[in-house]
Amino acid sequence: MRHLFRTRYQQDIALWRHNGDRFWYALLALIVLLAPAVLGEFYIGELGAVFIFAIAGVGLMLLVGYTGLISLGHAAFLGIGAYTNAVLLAQGVPFLVTLPIAGLFTALCGAAIGRPTLRMSGLYLAIATLAFGSIVGTVFQKWTAVTGGFDGFAVPTPYVFGMSIEGATGIYYVSLAVLVLVLLVAANLLRSPTGRALVAIRDSEVSAQSMGIHLARYKTLAFAISAGMTGLAGALFAHYVRYLAPDAFDVLLSVQFVTIVFVGGLGSLRGAVLGAMFVRLLPQFIAVVRDSLPFGIGRLPGLEPSLFGLTLVLVILFQPGGLNGMWLKTKQWFQAFPFKRQASFRRQKSYARSERLR
Amino acid sequence: MSLFQARDISVRFGGIRAVDAVSFDVHQGEVFSIIGPNGAGKTTIFNLISRIYSATSGKLIFEGEEFTRTPAWRIAGLGIARTFQNIELFPNATLLQNLLIGRHCHSRVGFIAELGFLPSVRKAELHHREKVEDVIAFLGLERYRDSLIANLPYGVRKVVELGRALCIEPKLLLLDEPSSGLNVEETEGMGFWIEDIKKDLGITVIMVEHDMSLVNQVSDRVMALNYGKVIAMGTPRAVQSHPEVVKAYLGGEVDA
Repeated sequence: MRHLFRTRYQQDIALWRHNGDRFWYALLALIVLLAPAVLGEFYIGELGAVFIFAIAGVGLMLLVGYTGLISLGHAAFLGIGAYTNAVLLAQGVPFLVTLPIAGLFTALCGAAIGRPTLRMSGLYLAIATLAFGSIVGTVFQKWTAVTGGFDGFAVPTPYVFGMSIEGATGIYYVSLAVLVLVLLVAANLLRSPTGRALVAIRDSEVSAQSMGIHLARYKTLAFAISAGMTGLAGALFAHYVRYLAPDAFDVLLSVQFVTIVFVGGLGSLRGAVLGAMFVRLLPQFIAVVRDSLPFGIGRLPGLEPSLFGLTLVLVILFQPGGLNGMWLKTKQWFQAFPFKRQASFRRQKSYARSERLR
Repeated sequence: MSLFQARDISVRFGGIRAVDAVSFDVHQGEVFSIIGPNGAGKTTIFNLISRIYSATSGKLIFEGEEFTRTPAWRIAGLGIARTFQNIELFPNATLLQNLLIGRHCHSRVGFIAELGFLPSVRKAELHHREKVEDVIAFLGLERYRDSLIANLPYGVRKVVELGRALCIEPKLLLLDEPSSGLNVEETEGMGFWIEDIKKDLGITVIMVEHDMSLVNQVSDRVMALNYGKVIAMGTPRAVQSHPEVVKAYLGGEVDA
């Protein structure tokens, strides 16, 4: 087991705790960088989608896992990012400009929904964001002059420094870069006063306020950052699906995002990435085993959404720490081998104080 | 001049006058205790000062400036810190993070700088950390530094909450029942912290308290409340033998 001997305050705010961290993350970086050379086009495309969902997952994690606010309208933010990006690209604006604009504009929309819902929490906030999602969905359908309505439109090919990034590999690398950036920004925020303020709001609003934290400002900020990151994911999502139609951004997608956050593990950036892997890879897994399932279960309609729902319920009941919690426990088990603490593996009944308890 | 003044402060919830025309002054460097039976309005006065409630009428003055209508989140910045009766820490964060949140009102770094964790942010964070370490050393919390609050015993949490309030570097500290839930020994310890805070740090304290031995140990002056009204004010001994106070606590008639 590793025991850190800390001699400087710097060590407590460093991104990497020790050389072991540096080594494993460098190895991971190498693997994801070289993956396109080994894996086929289909798998690279799916991995790119995992990255895109992870970007949105990190955004939603900041809101749900760290600030304790729920949103069932994040599909709308993804849609706003996607349409902003695609529409601007169609106007001939270069991709390196449309991408940040998509993020910033979605962040503004996030602030616009965060502001009027300041005093809401729990179910009421869920309903408000759900309503926001369906309003935006209707706008996508009806504003035919811009969105093309139900017919949709093909997303123009993006160019980075004169290179077309049409294929799966191009999207893969761009998504990877954005994901790394988003993770870095989130980690920086979380070790700054703003991040601590968000956690304080999650754990106790009344004492956060008496510590000098301006609740309205930080809640709006949390919504804006969360929406902005989801908007970036949306811009990339547009290139992943290549053809934008309003029905892509429905409530089920919002529920998938919430699943990312809960299954991944509330209050952990690693959890957001793990959750995104789960949510993107489960449908692929179902597709593979569909035909070999007994009693024709594989041909039942709605198998996928019901599996998502079932997993969400099971995780909340039996593993509140999510995939990240499982990872930490497994790691601890190996580090402490052959000793183990029964308590670590007992069913956990204390939850992060967040929306589900109110 | 008084550090803090309340002038005819009142608050009504529907038809109930929770606090009724209460006036008191708190002088620089003293420990001022508020006592009274349950429901007398003691905590309500704290909630008025920390602006969680708004006064129906009256004035609150701190360092000569009125703050009766100042938003709640600015109160810490004025130099008024508080603790809560039923511990309001951030349970899913470490002790260190809890104390660092106490430094929030001193943080001056911009949002953009935070996104990139620029050198200015790093420098500010290290400075906050040093201040927090001073408080940790003052209260002897070193061995709990990295523990989650949820895993700490109740008595320690009480001290942590005190520490978080001290991280604000307040001029006025409001302690809401610092001894509630503590055993005799811990209560005594809390008394020593309060005396140290007054003598070594020079912080003025207003305390709501039920434990009379603690009140006697640390208070310079005591105010007794009942049904939202001041019934006695003065030295601890004088207030406790005041007939109205005896009547409020024991009930029944007192031969005057």
